[in-house]
Parts: sequence; structure tokens; C-alpha cells
Amino acid sequence: MPDYSWPPMEKRRVIGKPTRRLDGGLKASGKAKYASDFTQKDLLFGALLTSPHAHARVTSIDTSAAEKLPGVTALRVIATPGTEVMWTGQEIAAVSANTEEIAKDATRKIKVEYEVMPHLVREEDLAKAGARVKAAGEQTKGDPDKAFQEAEVVSEGSYGIPVITHCCLESHGQAIGWKGDHVEFFPSTQNVSGIGGDLSNTLKIPPTNVHVHMDNVGGGFGSKFASDRWGIEAAQLSKQSGGRPVKLFLDRASELLIGGNRPSGFAKVKVAAKKDGTITAWDSTSWSTGGVGGGGAPPIPYVFDIPNQRKSHSAVSTNCGGARAWRAPNHQQACYLTLTAIEDLAAKLKMDPVEVLYKNADLTQRAEVYRAQLRQGQELIDWKKLWHERGDSGSGTVKRGLGVALHTWGGGGHNSQCRTNIHPDGTVEVELGSQDLGTGTRTIITMVAAETLGLPLGAITLKIGDNALPPSGPSGGSTTVGGVSSSTRKSTVNALAKLFEAVAPSLGAPADQLEAVDGRIQVQGNSSKSLTWKAACQKLGVAKISEMGENNQRNPGGLNSSGVGGVQMADVSVDTETGIVRINKIVAVQDIGLVINPKTAESQIHGACIMGICAALMEERVMDQQTGRMLNPDMEFYKLAGIGDVGEIIAHLDMTPEHDKRGVVGLGEPPAISLITAIANATANAIGVRVPDVPLTPDRVLAALERRNA
Amino acid sequence: MQAFEYASPTTLQEALGLLGKSWGDTDVLAGGTDLISLMKEYLATPKRLVNIKGIKELGGIQNSKTGLRIGSTATVEELLENADVRKTFPAFTDAARGISSPQIRNMGTVGGDLCQRPRCWYYRQGFGLLATQDGKSLVPEGENKYHAILGNSGPAYFVSASSFGPALVALNAKVRLVSSSGHRDVPAARFFVTPQNEKARETALLPNEILTEIMVPQEGTKNATYEVRQKEALDWPLAAASVALKMKGSTVSSARIVLGHVAPTPWVAEKAQEALAGKAVTPETAEEVAKAAVADATPLSQNVYKVQLARVAVKRALLEAMRARA
Repeated sequence: MPDYSWPPMEKRRVIGKPTRRLDGGLKASGKAKYASDFTQKDLLFGALLTSPHAHARVTSIDTSAAEKLPGVTALRVIATPGTEVMWTGQEIAAVSANTEEIAKDATRKIKVEYEVMPHLVREEDLAKAGARVKAAGEQTKGDPDKAFQEAEVVSEGSYGIPVITHCCLESHGQAIGWKGDHVEFFPSTQNVSGIGGDLSNTLKIPPTNVHVHMDNVGGGFGSKFASDRWGIEAAQLSKQSGGRPVKLFLDRASELLIGGNRPSGFAKVKVAAKKDGTITAWDSTSWSTGGVGGGGAPPIPYVFDIPNQRKSHSAVSTNCGGARAWRAPNHQQACYLTLTAIEDLAAKLKMDPVEVLYKNADLTQRAEVYRAQLRQGQELIDWKKLWHERGDSGSGTVKRGLGVALHTWGGGGHNSQCRTNIHPDGTVEVELGSQDLGTGTRTIITMVAAETLGLPLGAITLKIGDNALPPSGPSGGSTTVGGVSSSTRKSTVNALAKLFEAVAPSLGAPADQLEAVDGRIQVQGNSSKSLTWKAACQKLGVAKISEMGENNQRNPGGLNSSGVGGVQMADVSVDTETGIVRINKIVAVQDIGLVINPKTAESQIHGACIMGICAALMEERVMDQQTGRMLNPDMEFYKLAGIGDVGEIIAHLDMTPEHDKRGVVGLGEPPAISLITAIANATANAIGVRVPDVPLTPDRVLAALERRNA
Repeated sequence: MQAFEYASPTTLQEALGLLGKSWGDTDVLAGGTDLISLMKEYLATPKRLVNIKGIKELGGIQNSKTGLRIGSTATVEELLENADVRKTFPAFTDAARGISSPQIRNMGTVGGDLCQRPRCWYYRQGFGLLATQDGKSLVPEGENKYHAILGNSGPAYFVSASSFGPALVALNAKVRLVSSSGHRDVPAARFFVTPQNEKARETALLPNEILTEIMVPQEGTKNATYEVRQKEALDWPLAAASVALKMKGSTVSSARIVLGHVAPTPWVAEKAQEALAGKAVTPETAEEVAKAAVADATPLSQNVYKVQLARVAVKRALLEAMRARA
């Protein structure tokens, strides 16, 4: 079997070198095309009519006025009379028309009568949730009663992290049309190779009859895997309109209502410890919602396997749009509910929380990694100089504080196939049915190919974003980079071996003693016996080389692996007169195994940190129990940070020979986990009191200060 | 968006002739930063849209010995960049800077800022200006953390969204409202009104009128605006204050202190004005005056924090007004 292993660190020419993303210019200039940019002469526009009620039964629906509207080409009733609608924003009907405005106008001419039913849309007060609460039962480990009895210190607190929604810059949707019995599907998706099969199941056509193409996606974060109701309806509208393509993207309100969300997490927590900071016991009562189906169960206590535990979790069914994987599902909640409680314990012990985490690192699966990262983080944020005991932050109105949290994630590499074609004219094509979510996937695939083939990046033509290409897995769970880098490595190694065979006679050396270096094929270590890449490829005659490579998720062969740790720290200033928290500096230390492109890796950490800042300070879904509506399904009161709100972000890649040996590990999710908690802890450190619930809006911060002063 | 007729006149007379008698007939388009969103949400469904940006006389900013004239279609950015305004009326510059989106500053107009509709989320969700369901206001028992803490005895609970309103009231400005039968100059304090029923509006502007210009007298005040906004990026103030102080030596002979984003209109804090008269602005008097400014606040279930924020805004605006500016 050929040697697919990554070149040793010191021999890498391309891998590991900070490299600008190849499509950066296209994206910055607006030339990159997204699914929502799709246009065509006979294009139709689709629009959804959605429920204004959180819980209701459709009693009648009259579409006649809408159908008569000039320009309407098709109309479909989704919620037929008798349908029980379970959340505001649920799809009732879909319309296609010659213009977007007509389609939208038509939805408003559909007359729907509802029998309104009782709803619950808020879950933070469990006592008010009544029969909507489903308890999962108690779990214990060790002897929590004894451990709490013997505890030298017990810290108690309540903590809450709300539902936030997916809010992709490019909303969910697609353009879709029919050519005979074939479907041309242009979705905004994280799942180019798989989404066609999902659609074909519903349309009852063979998967091979669905052609999927997508060049760029404006964000997915775990919410864009399936063809979705709107994809299916758009396909049917197109069919009813003679196959003309229908473009249907969710409007911003629907994006926030039904594009998926991150479940909430609330908990009452008790943590016990010895005076020296050794954590001995955990007790938690937690609950969450992610919509009608309840929420996920966050894995608490997070990272630290505390020896004695008692915990019970309940899912609350609310009449709200459903949850979808949200960049590290369950981890943000688990991290928040655990590491706020540990920080409060540290404050009660009057200990530095970094030392408490350090001391208890043996309760984690990667003690030495965390210990090294804690020290690294401390240095980068100047922790020893700036940290003070909780609340001991001087006399001015603006208080500064530091906070820390840590996290873990899996990663690994999804199943992926890659084909490399080397043509007699020297051109090289690398083909995968993968997608670049904006993370730099295009760039890292090209880097891997260039590394193997000894070519510059510009010599590689990469084709992704089409389900006619060799299949790659969906981009979820931070598995893309592991999968596509490994399949590309194998495919390019295989193709190169074929090229070596073709040129070996000319160089008078066996194929297995050739190497590809700096655009040449040469006898290993002997540049005088070489051919240029182009001359070498001419030896192929008229036949191109076309070689596959495959990553098997279950057997990555050392090229990729799973399981990382990271530590994040925040330095904040709180204006105690206004309750406004500002970020001074963020430090994110992250292990990601072998780093292919430090530049895009750091960039991804920056993006993750910005999401963490949003969720820590301002982002929340506001539900109104009276009307059952979400009151901020917009980008005005659904608040997200701008550049001025972000502060300084230091992304530190924990690159060591030990981590490198583990191969490539995904980075999408891990850095998006613990910053919310670090910022909340920094705020508590600054103002001397815990603000129990994020986001840390002025009303919550001022209320906490008032409690402290009372 | 409901289909509409579109006109882009080049003279004021022509524009006035295109206006309707009732709300809903015609809407006036300038920057469109609010109106277009309202139309997309079907909260505004005009039969006709009259774009006034092509009418030259409605633009520009001129400063003279008697006063400052701001054309209604002058953009927020023009106001922000105007050196005369920065020197004499920093209260405007401060408020313009608070609109921290370059896109909105470049497109949005000063007149539009005064005429924009409330941001109350119940209104924007289609429950009407007074946010009612089954004849009852949704605000007192609902999600009211951004709603009014003053002038909130009902039926209106929204806060005036205008960034420049408090400064205009503090600086004794007038706005000119023109119809085809003439014009009226309305003091800024009377331009903003609290609607008493669902058909009423939150400004004195009538459907057949265009706001053409704003006139600010030269009164030689020390003035400033301070906004409390959570975000640096575009965000609505949670509370704001504009102050204009007539000085006699180092003491304040008379003060205008106006709160923003805390009531259905810019809110003149009379007790605070009285408390400051005859005193020098020191951190201590500023604190005391700020307390007086919110003494009558009646917060709702979720917005008691805004009382504190309004107090801080007044204190900081007073101290800012006294600061020597570059």
C-alpha cells in the first residue's frame, strides 16, 4: 500500500504555512455566487404563508383570491383543514409567482381560519411549564449525599442560557427546477452530496435524478443539512409551473422562526469541594427547550467527571420552532451550566479559578493538554497581573475582570471520496462533492494537493459543490477538514504514483524512487535527474491519470483523528452605571491536531469567538407569552455584535509535535463553546456578583448589581 | 410589498400636489431606511410613493447669525460632518454619531429621523401603534424592557425613536410643515405628540404636509447629547438625554434637559431644569439634577433599569456639555 502519511513537519512546503484563502478576493468583491444569487430568465419566486399563532388548528383555508392574482403560477396548501399548528412560523401554504412581490402579496390573499389553542412559549420558569415538562429521571454516581455532607465548601447557584436562533447571513432556501423527470437543485446547504437523496425520497424519484450544485453558502452552522419543507414545496411549485425554476428563500423573520435554534439550558447547581479546591460533588436540576420536542440534554458536569453526582434533567415542550444543531450542540449549554458554577465555587474559596481548573484537571480526559493551555492562556492575557479576587476591582464606575472556561469536542473525518485527474498537458483537477462553508475548505484541499504533487496552489483546479462529483459527507460535527484532507491526500498520492510509473523509464529509476518537488519530478535527492511537471505529464501520451482516494470515517489510517481541548479567557470592562459589558481582549487557545492552514484556522477561531461574544452579551430570542410570537425576528432587536463590539481576539493554535502526530482534527465547533462562559465569569469577577443568565444585557447586569448592594 | 404608484418630483409644489388627504394614500420617501421596511412588512401600504430627494431646496445645512437651517433631506452623515454644527450644536453631532451605521447615515435623512415610526416590537409585529390585542394593550404585561418609563399611563407605551428629537427640543428648534395651502412652523416640543387612539399619529405632521426644514435658533448654549446604547454597532439607545445650557459665567442661568427613548415623545425633564438653574455643573450637581430628571418615572414590569440609564444619560450629557470640545 502506498504511504499516505502526512509529510513530517519539517518537510512540509505548503501544509502548515499561513495561506490566504483562495476565494477571498471573489467573496470580498461580491463576485462569488451564492444559491440566493441564482437567476435565470424564466425564474419564478416562491413565498411561504406561515402561521401567526403558536398553537392552533386550521379550520378552513380559502386560496381562491390568491390563485386569481395575475402572475401567480402555482399554489400549494401545506396545512390542510384539521392540521394542528404547533408554532408561530409553521408553514401553511406556498405560492410561486413571476415576481417576489406578487408571491408575497398572494400569500396575504390566502384566507385561513384558525381555532386558537393554548400555548406555552417560555420555559425559564419551570414552575409555569406545568404538564409541558417531561422529566428524564434522576441519575447518580458515587455517593453524592455523603460527599455533600463531608464537603468543606459548597457553592450554590442558578444559571441560564437562553434559546438563540440560527441567523445565517444567507437564509435557508434554494432555487429548484425540473427538466423532464430530473430536478436541478441549487440549495444553500452544508450537504451537497447528500441533500439530493433527501429530496428524492420525498419526491419519489431516484436519487440520481436530482442534480445538486452549490458554489458558496452564506453560513450554515449546523442548520442546513436537509432539503426541508421549503425545498420540497419549491420543487412541487416548479413542477406545477411546468418545470420553471422556483427560487424560495426564507425571509429574515422566518429564518429566525423556523431556520432552527440552539436549545436553552437552565439549572440549579450545587458544587462541593475541599478547602484546597478539589471538587468532590455535583448536584443539578436542569431543564431546557428546543421547541415542541423539548431540548437536548446538555452533558453536565461538563468536561470534569466529578466523582459524586446527582442530577435530573427535564425537557420542556414549547410552541416554538424546532432546534437544529447549532455549532457544538449541547456543549455551550453544558459548559455554561458547569463552568459558571465552578467559577462561583472558586470565588467562594477565594481561589484563582485557573488554579481550580488546573488542580482538578485530572478529572478530565486530557489533563496535561488543559494544564498547558491554561498556562498559555494566562500568559497571553496577562492573567497574573490583571486577575483579582471577585469584586476587588477598584473604586471607579468601570470595573475590569477576567474569566476563564474550557471545552472539548470530537471532530474526526467524515466519509469522503476524492478524484485526482492529471492530464497529459500538465493540468490537475481535484474533485470532491464537498462544500466550503466559508471555513476555507477550498483552500485546504488545494494545499493538500499542492503539497503532495509538489506544485504551486495555482496549478490545481479544484471542483467541489456538485453531487456529480465523488461524494463527501455533510459538513457537520467539525468533520469536514479531516475527511477531505485525508481523501485528497490519498487520491493525490495515488495519482502521483501513476505519474511516477509513467516517467520512471525516462528518468532511469524505479517509480518508487521518484519524488515531486517544486514543480518537477525527480529522482529522490537528485535534482539533476528530473523532468518539469509538464514534461513529465507529456509522458502520459493521450491517457489522463484519474485516481480515487477515500477517507473512511471508521478507519482514518492515522491521517485524521478526534478529540480536542481548548481554553478561552476573556478580559472585560463593565460600566456599573449602565450595566454595559465591553470586551477588552479574548484569548482562545485551541488544540486541533495537525494544522493545514494556520491562517484560515485562526480566522475560524475569530468567527467562533465573535459568535460567543454575541451570545454572551446580546443575542436572545424574545418570546411573548401573550401572543405566542417571537418579538425580535429581525436583525434589529435580535442583536449581534459589530466590529466595534468585538475587542481584541488572540487565536492561539496549540501546535505541538504531539498534537501534530494525531493528524487533522476539525475546528469548526470547539472554539465556539466556552467563550460565553468565560465572558460571564469575567463579568462576575469584575462586578463582584454573578449575573445568572446570559446574555449580559444592561437590565440583567444592573439587577445583579442591585442584589449585590441590597 | 403592496404595489404602488411612484413619483419623483423636482419641485416642492409638484410634490405637495401629489399628497393625499388621508394616511395610506401617499407616503413620502426620502432615505427609505424605515419606510421600505414598513412596506415590506405591509405596515405601510401606500397607494403612491413620492420621492422628495430630487427636490433641491429640501437639502443642505446653512448656519447664520440668526440660526441653523437643516433641510429635511440633509443626510445624517451631512449633519455629522458639518463643522458649524459640531462647533455650535454638538448635541446634534453626538446624536448623529450614535447612528452608528454608515449605510443609514448615508441614506437616512434628518427629516426622516423625525418622521420614522416607533420601533415598538408589538407595532412592528402588526399589533398597531398602540400594541393592542382584543382591545387591551399588550405592553404592561408583556415584553416591555424597551418601552416607556415616562408618559406611559397609556394608551401609548412605545418610545419615540427619533435620534435628533431630544436635541431639537432642547435647542428650541422649530420644524416647518408645508402643505399646498401654506406652511406652519411648529416648535419641536409640539411636533412630537402622544397618540390617544389607534388612528392618531406620533407627530403633528398631517398627511397632506411635507416636513421641509428645521430651524434652530442661535442661543449660545452649551449643549450635548448622551446616548446609552448597548452596542457600538448599530443599536437603538436604551435611554438618551440632550441638554442645552445658557450660562452666566460659570453658572447655568437656564437649562433645557430632554430625555430620549424613555417616553412616546422626547421628554422635557422640567424638575431637572429647575434643579439646575442658578447652579454650576459639577459632578455632584449633575448627579442631583439627573435624579430629579427621573423622579417621576413610572417603570413597567421589565424596564426599571431604564430609570437608571436615563439618570446616567442626563448626568453624562451635562458633564459632556461643559467639556471644552475640539
